[in-house]
Amino acid sequence: MEGHAVEADGLRKAFGAVTALDGLSLAAPAGSVLGLLGPNGSGKTTTVSILSTSLRPDAGRATVCGLDVVADAARVRRVIGFAGQFAAVDPNLTGRENLTLIGRLSRVGRKQARVRAGELLDGFGLGAAADRLVRTYSGGMRRRLDVAAALLHRPPVLFLDEPTTGLDLESRVTLWDSVRELSRSGTTVLLTTQYLEEADALADQVVIISAGRVADTGTPAELKARFGTVVFRLGFGGQVAAEAADKALAAAGYRPDRDGADVQVRSATGSGALPAVLRALDGKALDPVSVAVREPSLDDVFLCLTRGSDG
Amino acid sequence: MSAISDTIDVAGRNLRTLFRTPQALIFATIQPVIFVLLFRYAFGGAIRVPGEDYVDYLMPGIFAQSVAFGAIGTAVGLSADLRSGILVRFRTLPMARIAVLGGRTLADLARNLLVVAVMIGVGFAVGFRSANGAPGLLAALALIVVFAYAVSWGFAALGLRVSDPEAAQAASVPVVFLLVFTSAAFVPASAMPGWLQAFGTHQPVNALISAERALITGGPAARDVLVCLAWSAGMLLVFALLAARTYARMGR
Repeated sequence: MEGHAVEADGLRKAFGAVTALDGLSLAAPAGSVLGLLGPNGSGKTTTVSILSTSLRPDAGRATVCGLDVVADAARVRRVIGFAGQFAAVDPNLTGRENLTLIGRLSRVGRKQARVRAGELLDGFGLGAAADRLVRTYSGGMRRRLDVAAALLHRPPVLFLDEPTTGLDLESRVTLWDSVRELSRSGTTVLLTTQYLEEADALADQVVIISAGRVADTGTPAELKARFGTVVFRLGFGGQVAAEAADKALAAAGYRPDRDGADVQVRSATGSGALPAVLRALDGKALDPVSVAVREPSLDDVFLCLTRGSDG
Repeated sequence: MSAISDTIDVAGRNLRTLFRTPQALIFATIQPVIFVLLFRYAFGGAIRVPGEDYVDYLMPGIFAQSVAFGAIGTAVGLSADLRSGILVRFRTLPMARIAVLGGRTLADLARNLLVVAVMIGVGFAVGFRSANGAPGLLAALALIVVFAYAVSWGFAALGLRVSDPEAAQAASVPVVFLLVFTSAAFVPASAMPGWLQAFGTHQPVNALISAERALITGGPAARDVLVCLAWSAGMLLVFALLAARTYARMGR
């Protein structure tokens, strides 16, 4: 299709008896950020590995900038940058040596590799640590260096596999800023994440995958409207009361989930919806003994998806 | 041309890594030094070799042992790269495919050369002399290097099949032990039972040792050198194809 920097159609991949991808299709318009959201084992890494040419699909087809990732793998490698789940930088080289090496192997030329390495080290806040061995870097610094290593040859398409897993909040926010900046400069970014919050913060379009298939897709706003922006967890102290509250809330037009003695209600309009939820229980001797408000997690989304339309 | 410059870049990275984690290099050197001392002074007195000093018999065996054990490093290094994710990154770069293996084996060639040079020094310190002088010794060194390079490709193929450095080490050690200790590295093959002698004298490590001894201590060397070169060429061909195929098939 015209205008799609990354496109996958019916990808399948099995490792022995384990099916990792079961007919996955997706498309990322040029210049957009596509978030691939899913739990561990859902096929995120397999998808990115296939798109970045390090793994061959058993069936299906994928293109990057119009180039087939299997037949044209060598040319695809010239237009992509890839940063995997584990910071694949050499701990016994300095940050600068790592980038210069990857730059040369990315065919940017000896001199240009040095120039780009310097630019990227500064750009990723590693200028002061540039000539220190990477084994002395923190996890966040390694990850930033890893992302920088994917950018030496200014690739138009960037793949990031769980770029912030295991990072502290500050490092995560710094990395998010870098991704936003790349996107502004026209780079197409495909990133995988387990965090709803991260997909929300970065992605123009989110593809939710589960068991190697696309479970849902939409903009973060669309998904939020569907899955709620907050979750109220009401405790009733007993299962009987919880069941009654579950019915009362359903009758009032909500879509509650009962979990033992607790009932969960999602809201698309934020915590301001709480009084209305409580009013639905008024006069039925169903006052909750506890109320907790939290952001929806990936679990909530999957609960919602797997319940399908009956919810 | 890019395949050559990529290979040199990767080899440079491997050598830097090697010298920045000197423990591995130090242990790779200490082990054969201990063997020299043990066999020269503890066991040597009990081993009879006809017609020459035991130390002159021992050192060619030590050189071969050093590079055979050194080959384990190729397997361990590649499997470590596999586990760390660096090989996955390399596979997504527009670099020459062969440079990952070519760079690793080239760097290990330099490492082997260094260890053998140290062992020659240690040998001289404990009384080893080359009857054929420097030319004989240098010819033997050239042969050792060719042999080491060929063997290194075999262990590269092995390292790519185990994504865990400890497993790579565990898988390599028995092979190396079998080849080194059934050869005539430390004791003459004539001291072994017939069936073991048959194996011990027809395997590559023994071929290297026989050729080295012929070059260093004199006597007709042509046949032994040719046998050793044939082994090296055969191993290089088979192992390089095997390793390249294993690398190309990763991710299928």
